[in-house]
Amino acid sequence: AMWGGQSSSGCAGHSMDKSITLPPDEIFRNLENAKRFAIDIGGSLTKLAYYSTVQHKVAKVRSFDHTAKTEGDPLYEISMQEEVSARLHFIKFENAYIETCLDFIKDHLVNTDTKVIKATGGGAHKFKDLIEKKLKLRVDKEDEMTCLIKGCNFVLRNITHEAFVYAKHADSEFRFQNTHPDIFPYLLINIGSGVSIFKVESEDTFERVGGSSIGGGTFWGLGALLTKTKRFDELLQLASKGQHTNVDMLVKDIYGGSYGSLGLTGDLIASSFGKSATPDKEFSKEDMAKSLLHMISNDIGQLACLYARLHNLTRVYFGGFFIRGHPVTMHTITYSINFFTKGEVQALFLRHEGYLGTIGAFLKGAEEDNPNQYSWGENYAGSSGLMSTSPDLNPMQRARSGTFDMLEMDRLERQLVNLPLLQDPSSYIPDTVDLSEDALAREYWLYCFEEALDGVVKRAVASQPDLPEAAERAEKFRHKYQHKLQTLRHQPFAYGSLTVRSLLDTREHCLNEFNFPDPYSKIKQGENDLALKYFQKAVKSLGELSWEQRQFALVRGLLAGNVFDWGAKAVSDVLESDPEFGFEHAKLQLEERPWLVDAYDQWLKRLKGPPHKCALFFVDNSGIDIILGVFPFVRELLCRGTEVVLASNSSPALNDVTNSELQILTERIAAMDLVIQSAVKEDRLTLVQSGSSSPCLDLSRLDKVLAGVVRERHVDLVIIEGMGRAIHTNYYAILSCESLKMAVIKNSWLADRLGGKLFSVVFKYEVPPGHKTTTLDHVPVTPS
Amino acid sequence: MDKGKSIIDKKGSGSCYANGLQRGFHSQASNGGCNTFNSSGNCSGGTSNVEHFRYLHTDDVEANGSSPAKRCRLRRRVESLKRNRPPFPWFGMDIGGTLVKLVYFEPKDITAEEEQEEVENLKSIRRYLTSNTAYGKTGVRDVHLELKNLTMCGRTGNLHFIRFPTQAMHRFIQMGSDKNFSSLHTTLCATGGGAYKFENDFRTMADLELLKLDELDCLIHGLLYVDSVSFNGHPQCYYFENPSDTQNSVKTPCSLADPFPMLLVNIGSGVSILAVYSKDDYKRVTGTSLGGGTFLGLCCLLTGCETFEEALDMASRGDSSNVDKLVKDIYGGDYERFSLQGSAVASSFGHMMSKEKRDSISKEDLARAMLVTITNNIGSIARMCAVNEKIERVVFVGNFLRINTVSTKLLAYAMDFWSKGQLKALFLEHEGYFGAVGALLELLKSSEEP
Repeated sequence: AMWGGQSSSGCAGHSMDKSITLPPDEIFRNLENAKRFAIDIGGSLTKLAYYSTVQHKVAKVRSFDHTAKTEGDPLYEISMQEEVSARLHFIKFENAYIETCLDFIKDHLVNTDTKVIKATGGGAHKFKDLIEKKLKLRVDKEDEMTCLIKGCNFVLRNITHEAFVYAKHADSEFRFQNTHPDIFPYLLINIGSGVSIFKVESEDTFERVGGSSIGGGTFWGLGALLTKTKRFDELLQLASKGQHTNVDMLVKDIYGGSYGSLGLTGDLIASSFGKSATPDKEFSKEDMAKSLLHMISNDIGQLACLYARLHNLTRVYFGGFFIRGHPVTMHTITYSINFFTKGEVQALFLRHEGYLGTIGAFLKGAEEDNPNQYSWGENYAGSSGLMSTSPDLNPMQRARSGTFDMLEMDRLERQLVNLPLLQDPSSYIPDTVDLSEDALAREYWLYCFEEALDGVVKRAVASQPDLPEAAERAEKFRHKYQHKLQTLRHQPFAYGSLTVRSLLDTREHCLNEFNFPDPYSKIKQGENDLALKYFQKAVKSLGELSWEQRQFALVRGLLAGNVFDWGAKAVSDVLESDPEFGFEHAKLQLEERPWLVDAYDQWLKRLKGPPHKCALFFVDNSGIDIILGVFPFVRELLCRGTEVVLASNSSPALNDVTNSELQILTERIAAMDLVIQSAVKEDRLTLVQSGSSSPCLDLSRLDKVLAGVVRERHVDLVIIEGMGRAIHTNYYAILSCESLKMAVIKNSWLADRLGGKLFSVVFKYEVPPGHKTTTLDHVPVTPS
Repeated sequence: MDKGKSIIDKKGSGSCYANGLQRGFHSQASNGGCNTFNSSGNCSGGTSNVEHFRYLHTDDVEANGSSPAKRCRLRRRVESLKRNRPPFPWFGMDIGGTLVKLVYFEPKDITAEEEQEEVENLKSIRRYLTSNTAYGKTGVRDVHLELKNLTMCGRTGNLHFIRFPTQAMHRFIQMGSDKNFSSLHTTLCATGGGAYKFENDFRTMADLELLKLDELDCLIHGLLYVDSVSFNGHPQCYYFENPSDTQNSVKTPCSLADPFPMLLVNIGSGVSILAVYSKDDYKRVTGTSLGGGTFLGLCCLLTGCETFEEALDMASRGDSSNVDKLVKDIYGGDYERFSLQGSAVASSFGHMMSKEKRDSISKEDLARAMLVTITNNIGSIARMCAVNEKIERVVFVGNFLRINTVSTKLLAYAMDFWSKGQLKALFLEHEGYFGAVGALLELLKSSEEP
């Protein structure tokens, strides 16, 4: 009963507080497969971690035997198969619920292999007996700081928007940093009751370089003495309402103004509590709490800067209960770091800061599974996301009572690394527009995804005609995704920077959650079949053109093929209402040259030069796009003597062609085209997985195998096709080799933003500055 | 200048403390040539400033012939020097956030002629200051710090050290007005923030113009000067022998010979940390607002005490381990993984998170914890600055250290322990008065410029 009764009455019905009333089986998910438990018990919050295996359906594509193929049969077979994948669950709740939670876990724990629970945190000792009694598991304690650092490495490496800069008065409170696989070295400042400063140089190399006894415990202890307020949160509340200038002695109190020759402004604190050294004056609780908060934050900030300078580090992360999402402390620490480093060092905070200890303890216990050899990804469907902690934004949220926060991470099939051709991996940001900072764009896209939801639900049901409960599952999907969209409307920062990519990925995660692994499977199959019939005809007609005419026709064909994209609403409308809409028709829809972004002349000039060594092509949609657009283009490259690597998604997303589908298609095309056939045979045409299952593309998280191929083949041309990969992401990506980015803008709002109209063409050809083979007069401009 | 130095060398070679005199201060004076006053303290018994030396020296040599014309020239020069000397009284003032530090030079070589010429209120000021050790309710003369038989600007006398709370500043200005101080046509050299803050009050209330001076310039000049003249024949500077054992560490005098570079940590209400490379080449590295004012301010709030002395007295009787959470309170002993001693403070005031502990501690414990917290923090920041600036000598000054052996010993310990013996903490007897002395030196200097 307590699970349902915890909703604080003031916010009942508020959509953001749903987690309060979640039933326990939606919090402790997959307990029946759970193993390798870890627990981190802090002063007020308990964090539980476990590993589970998730059974879910996957759409498998299997080619029929060629010889048996007769006219009218589908190209390949799609079957739904059960697959098991690994998932990490992290749950955070108040210590008050610990006994209830342990009871629930005990009742649902099936796996009897589990004998040990890894434990860390100050409270692990206190609850040791209770845990051992309830769960019948042996409590195995792990060092708190080691766990903390292990956990920190894990989230930094696996969650791209883990770290953020806090800006109190900015449009978006949280500005996320793009973290890259190369996360070392960094400084971690853990502000618990005291302060510990760690220099982390690699997974296993870290040292405590310093610390301070003035930390969260000092704030709490002194604060309690000064104000008679007992709770940490209440002290912060007091502080947020106080005026420190009544208690602190400022430079202007001593100088009457600023201390100009040293550049010390009058408002600077010269002596904390300097005004309180007087017997005959009363000070308000709020003012004293504020002064104390400033004193401690400034002191920690100063020490952090001194250590950052000594060790020559610029990445400085803050954690510990003093920080833990409290806007007041994030603000004062940020201010202090800015002041002492004059902006050279930024204070970075972590979205999953509260989970670091338990993640680390879990990893210690799971060493035999070697979780660090895999890449993991945050599952947006199963994770609660970051809640705003700003009391101004939503005062009720501060009362965390009854709130269970969850983080789920999926093990990815492939290990992900940077594309070796990124000019500067550390400054690469995949997404073109950060919707958390662009309110207008955010409004539009949230609306857009909401509008498209009906269609997605319809298609999901249609993709599983044999399963009667599909409609029910599809409704659950709708509810979940709608709830996510609502959350993001209020808290755009919930899962890091909000982008079109994250909205698309969240949708994919929610579809998978309800066992709709590939809603477009049937549509893709039909389209591929149809397009294959026209392949030879298309190639033949291209062959009749002059060289120069053909080059243009190939580019136009690629662009026209890309119009066929079920992911874009404008196109799916046309396609669904007019099935006759064909390739030729699409070409007519295309914008006439000059295009919105038009570097075709430079590209043509380049083609007159020596051939490229090897082209890496990130492909987009199934059907006409890949078969009639991409393959003829690739064929021409092969004829020029350029090797081609086709990179496609590892698992389904919208109607994007997947690696397994592309293998079948390539086989089929090779069977009817000698150029492709010999290229496949001679290994001049290679298919690789991108490692992604998103309609967008993050070049900093690609399959390790792909990266290897890129190096081996000396790729000197990268082609990125489609809105998701070349516009929503990577539009501004700078590569160290030549690149082509092309797309048709199939969204009128976006076209408008870019200064064009529906079906405007972006054809971007870029050569890195100082590149040897440059024969260009100028580099094409980006749209204004 | 070289000739002047050679005389000092000779005169300084007596029994007294001469090292600092030569290398510390004088060498700077001869390099830069910008330091025009000095004294050999009581070693030689009354010489004069460097410039004066040179005159006397050259004249001495010439005067050996004892020609009347040359004697006449000498007299004229002495007269001229006298005319350039600022009129008495000679004050230097440093108006800080909490305390006003005042140094007063009492001439002891007053001739009968001078005595007669001396105006009445000048005499009354001199008598008031030198015959009392307390002024009003809160003014105090630190008699034990008095520098005796000091020669400044050709005059010999005693330098007195007086302090009173900045809160009493208006009463002080009022007194200056009542005593008609402005009629003496003296220049009041003042430094510290209060020189700016109270400038207008001096003007309107007492018709006095302040010569405002930069506090860090004054601090460094004053410090080097006071060190160079020695403390009535004893070294100004000291350190703690055996700092790793705060119970048994021994205050040991030393010389601040060859003082540069030094990290100068001035602990007043707040803290300023300077890297000093020579007399005029220094930078403010950083500062912290957790200083003496914080100690006293928080002690007043926590214990109801009213004065620094009271707070220190309580602290001396308290036990901070009842208030602070130590490493062993968390880990049961040492935190071996990161080689932290069990006795190290993990969280200052950390025990105060619990209500039971809050109810069981004494005011003395709180005062002690406050003192230890502030001191350790200053030590920690100073140590990091020293490492970053690559300076091994850390000199702690400022009135927070007055009668505060708990802090001085703790700072000595912290520098030694955390740097594994690389850093050395040094202290000076005149703790908080260097700014005021520096201001006085400016008075004497300014009057010498044509």
